[in-house]
Amino acid sequence: MSARIAGIGSLALAAIALLAFVPRLGNAYYLALSISLLQYTVLATAWGMFSGPTRYVSLATTAFFGVGAYTVAVLGEILPWPLVLLIAAALGAMVAGVVGLSTLRLSGVYFVIFTFGLTELIRQLVVWFEVNKSRVLGRYVFVNITQADIYWQLLALTAAVFLLGWLIARSRLGFALRVIGEDETVAKHCGINTTFAKVALFTISATIMTLVGAIMAPRWTYIEPSIAFNSMISFQVLIMALLGGAHRLWGPVLGAIPLTLLFELLSARFPNTFTIILGCIFLVIVYMLPRGVAGLFERRSAPSAKTTQRVTA
Amino acid sequence: MTTFLTRRVALLAAATCVATLGLSAAAEAQTSIKIGYAISRTGPNTGGAAVTTIPNYELWVKEVNAGGGIKLGDKRVPIEVVQYDDRSNAEEAVRALERLINQDKVDFILPPWGTGLNLAVGPTLNREGYPHLAATAVTDRAPELAKRWPNSFWLLGTSGDAAKTLVDLLSKLRDEKKIGDTVAMVSIADGFGIDLSTAARPALTNAKFKLAYDKSYPIGTQDLAPIVNEIKALNPDVFIAFSYPPDTLALTEQSRIAGFNPKVFYTGVGTAFPLYKQKFGKNTEGVMGIGGWSGDSPAIKDYLARHKASAANGAEPDRWASAVTYASLQMLQQAIERVGKVDRAAVIKDLQTGTFDTVIGKVKLENNMPTRYWWVGQWQDGEFYGIAPAKNEGARTAIVPKPAWVAP
Repeated sequence: MSARIAGIGSLALAAIALLAFVPRLGNAYYLALSISLLQYTVLATAWGMFSGPTRYVSLATTAFFGVGAYTVAVLGEILPWPLVLLIAAALGAMVAGVVGLSTLRLSGVYFVIFTFGLTELIRQLVVWFEVNKSRVLGRYVFVNITQADIYWQLLALTAAVFLLGWLIARSRLGFALRVIGEDETVAKHCGINTTFAKVALFTISATIMTLVGAIMAPRWTYIEPSIAFNSMISFQVLIMALLGGAHRLWGPVLGAIPLTLLFELLSARFPNTFTIILGCIFLVIVYMLPRGVAGLFERRSAPSAKTTQRVTA
Repeated sequence: MTTFLTRRVALLAAATCVATLGLSAAAEAQTSIKIGYAISRTGPNTGGAAVTTIPNYELWVKEVNAGGGIKLGDKRVPIEVVQYDDRSNAEEAVRALERLINQDKVDFILPPWGTGLNLAVGPTLNREGYPHLAATAVTDRAPELAKRWPNSFWLLGTSGDAAKTLVDLLSKLRDEKKIGDTVAMVSIADGFGIDLSTAARPALTNAKFKLAYDKSYPIGTQDLAPIVNEIKALNPDVFIAFSYPPDTLALTEQSRIAGFNPKVFYTGVGTAFPLYKQKFGKNTEGVMGIGGWSGDSPAIKDYLARHKASAANGAEPDRWASAVTYASLQMLQQAIERVGKVDRAAVIKDLQTGTFDTVIGKVKLENNMPTRYWWVGQWQDGEFYGIAPAKNEGARTAIVPKPAWVAP
């Protein structure tokens, strides 16, 4: 087992080292595409970290992403960059903590609707504040951060997310969440503090999403609520994670990468029929791959798993 | 056999020679100019892009190609267009431009519609050294941006300037005893409304106007009747709305219904749209709004006719940014032709220093911005004429007080 972990670990390290050289290729388009890939990989994986085991479908991705982006819009020019990121992460964690404590008692469709509303709520709060207090709507972010810097930060965050996800899955917290996902009542009866477990993971996942928003913000120069709180992000991340399979740590990547490439291909080749084609593809995903790409892999490796079981027995 | 072989080899060699020569000739001589743009065909920006930007891009390309193309040295080369949909999304717009530059290798890029997207693509165009003729962006930081990105040109001016010109006009009308000094102001709680009302507020107070009403409403507000009724009760001389197209229409309609007819009735974006005239017909008479053009100038009349002939359903241009957008394309063409080759740095230099003959008259930029803008227009007899600043060529005299609403 440990040999396998060491193998996977060194493979991952090699992959990261290799990926770190992408900006050196000198093609701004590929760099932009890679930034997109990493952005959605991190967002979908973070989404899967919470929603996968607990089966709570969250549409709050945009809310946290926007909080991160807006933190940079407000503080980006005043404070040093690492401090800005730190404050963004803290804000994201705070919001997630408050929201988590008050809403994770909801479940099913009520939770979905609430998280969707949360994005709108935060957006309206920002608009209200900007209109009535600061009297500017739309802020400029002039910070000295290149596209390559954004890429490297996202790459580091990707590595951190996978490490964190792996550690959590092996911890008591991860086990508790899986039990909650199977049956929350049983989990309570087993003595698991379900509220704590859910809020803790919701907060971790939200903090990562907030960081993605903060890292991406310098790419746009100009930020206003409709740009930072674009609810499309929530839906795209959701569909990516579902395509990949949210019940595995590595599942969402399998959705994020092909779908980002597909969006790119569609908007490049079929700019006028993009939405129609996209809708058809979503239908196909939902009907053909209910357990995602990860589910396909599992089905294929299922017989071998059975044999191992028999051998051990 | 031997002769046959040698002949074949010779033929092959000759063919290769010709092919290589042909290729290198093609690489040397520019046979077309590739122009790319990413524009909002879906999402919230679609309306603005469809009225102001897309018809002008299409009209210009059609006209230039019908005339043989853009003149490079002593020959003309046609324009080849590559276009994408930015889905009204900043991230998408940036990526589409990077695709245009690195994959499609376009020679020039036309900007997206709207302030936000123009700002979003600014750094990319600056880094890659493409001229950026922003014809649909109004921002107070335009002078600073032009300094930061010397390749960028801000042709629509600043909101501070817009508010100041309006207040100057009002002061003049008050001096002529045409209006009193009570003003009611509403603004939409979005970039445009906030910027303009923030600039207008101190300008009005400094000019000793009484601000009887000063409120904002959220974007997407459906029912504006309460606002109009409340303002009507205050009976102001001047009504100012820094509004967006949907609420510009709603405020006008509501004022007509309520019979609220102040001496000066001013609304924001959308007043200059052809749709406004279609909807209100005779009732547009005397309505003021942001924008305007020299409706009497032959160049504008000619442009209007060509635009109507070219656009789908004979759509008319709006009377503000449309003509500016078309003028920006004429400027780009003239700059390229004066340089005589695809040398973007030289084209930028020419745009900074040259004088251009356009539908909006002679344009000479100072610090990458024009020196003349139309800030206040008024519907007079079915055309939206520029009335301020009064020193602009073709400025009409304002009709004050506004005539009463008529039954539609």
